[in-house]
Amino acid sequence: MAETIFQRRGRELAMAGAIALFLTPLLGIPGKTYLTLTIAGLAMGMLLFLVASGVSIIFGLMDVLNFAHGALFAWGAYVGFSIFKLMMNWVESDSVLMNFGVFSIAIIISMVAVALLGIILERFIVRRVYGNHLFQILITFGATIVLVELIRVFWGPNDEVTTVPMTFRGNWDVMDVIVDRYRVICIAIGLLVYGVIQLILKKTKLGTIVRAGVENREMVQAMGHNIFLLFTGVFAVGAGLAALGGVAMSIFSLQVYPDMGSTYLLFAFIVVIIGGLGSVTGSLVGALIVGLSYNYVAYLVPWAAAGANVIIMIIILLVRPNGLFPSGE
Amino acid sequence: MSEPVLKVEDVHTFIGQHHILQGVSFEAKADAVTVLIGRNGSGKSTAIKTVMGLMPSSRGKILYMGKEIQRKKPYEIARMGIGFVPEGMGIFSGLTVEENLRVAMLVEDKTTYHRLERTLEMFADLRKFWKAKAGNLSGGQKQMLAIARAIVNDTSLLLIDEPSKGLAPIIVESLVEAINQIKEHSVVILVEQNFPMASLVGDNFYILDDGIVVHSGVMEELAQNEELRSSYLGISKAVD
Repeated sequence: MAETIFQRRGRELAMAGAIALFLTPLLGIPGKTYLTLTIAGLAMGMLLFLVASGVSIIFGLMDVLNFAHGALFAWGAYVGFSIFKLMMNWVESDSVLMNFGVFSIAIIISMVAVALLGIILERFIVRRVYGNHLFQILITFGATIVLVELIRVFWGPNDEVTTVPMTFRGNWDVMDVIVDRYRVICIAIGLLVYGVIQLILKKTKLGTIVRAGVENREMVQAMGHNIFLLFTGVFAVGAGLAALGGVAMSIFSLQVYPDMGSTYLLFAFIVVIIGGLGSVTGSLVGALIVGLSYNYVAYLVPWAAAGANVIIMIIILLVRPNGLFPSGE
Repeated sequence: MSEPVLKVEDVHTFIGQHHILQGVSFEAKADAVTVLIGRNGSGKSTAIKTVMGLMPSSRGKILYMGKEIQRKKPYEIARMGIGFVPEGMGIFSGLTVEENLRVAMLVEDKTTYHRLERTLEMFADLRKFWKAKAGNLSGGQKQMLAIARAIVNDTSLLLIDEPSKGLAPIIVESLVEAINQIKEHSVVILVEQNFPMASLVGDNFYILDDGIVVHSGVMEELAQNEELRSSYLGISKAVD
């Protein structure tokens, strides 16, 4: 059967469409506001990327639909919140070094703690339901309820206000364009994480084995690699990334609440479906599309902001049924 | 008479509720190519996947170099020195030729790199397309890559599932040549429906039909027995 232009040039067409879509708001938004919204959208996109990349790799390699990813994200946010509370003098200090110090410590501790939680989750719960998506959804949904209730037990049921480190507060005025400092930091974190993941996946043997596993798990096993150990490791990394996303998002949104994971998990699934399961680059592009479109539409037609992402997802899936960057391409 | 490197004894394998292997026994001797031959759905591929641990056996014994392996995981079996080339090749299309081979290398030492050199001499095209995505290779080149991955380690036993499937006759000829070279270093078990190819490389044969071994012997015997080929393989003299 002859290939249609959508099959042959689907990714290019979808990317061209996405670019056109992001330039269109210029018709209805003043230039400076457009730039401010773009920076906000990029920051939101990068934060979504941190959550979505974990979901994508876990699904791509392990074929596991992890609905508990949102709860791991919330745990990360709460662990980070506790570190900030413990080291409040560093958070409120004028010292840039101390501000970045407490931010880094919060990220590292929450990533390690949630990665350990991820290992427990994978070893004792998820491993029992490999190969059965329905059971995965049910059991990880159950794990979400337990993890969220545990947050209520340890930290209380109420919303908590997070504190932004002194250096991260305020804006820069760049030629009359308001640039929020923390948003720039979020963009930098997202790019750094993307770079590190790409470096590991492309330049290390372990990363190459993971990429091979995304394509064909059975064959990776038949080549002498312990796929289950790899699964545990990838699940832990995915959980760690969710924690990083949680810490960064809690400062971005200035609050933590026990059920915060479910909101971002929905966005993460949209991102992963747009980008293509198992692709980190796909997650980045998908996250930026979602982050930017959300901000533009929220400015132009506030009530349609969330729905716009679903419409974009449907359009991209019509052109590229496996997402923009399916694994193996 | 050499001792068998692999001995499969009364193995039963189920896929879901389907009883695929119903007490299969065969062995692979050193310095010989053993061919499992039979019609589609006779259980040939299931037999080598069971040896590899990719499909668990419910009963029976699989002995490799005298050790029982039927309860071992696929990666443990591979690390014992058993290489596997699946039907459909199982190459990682998104990875380059180099990356495919790197994933296959369990140890990256001098000996392995020496073995890699030898493998690349055997399959010169792989060196030519070293940095190319494996998904862009031709069918024959993909098969070469699949075999190269399996022999780049210190493999004592190589399981190859239908290597000639979908390949042009000229490519099949070069595969025959490659398998003849490989058998100097490893014991080979070949699953094949293509009788002309099987007869060119095989020393011993086992015919599988409906999950059991119905005939076995030396390849010359099968080559001369038209009735046997016609009954179990559906090959008439004219087709040969």
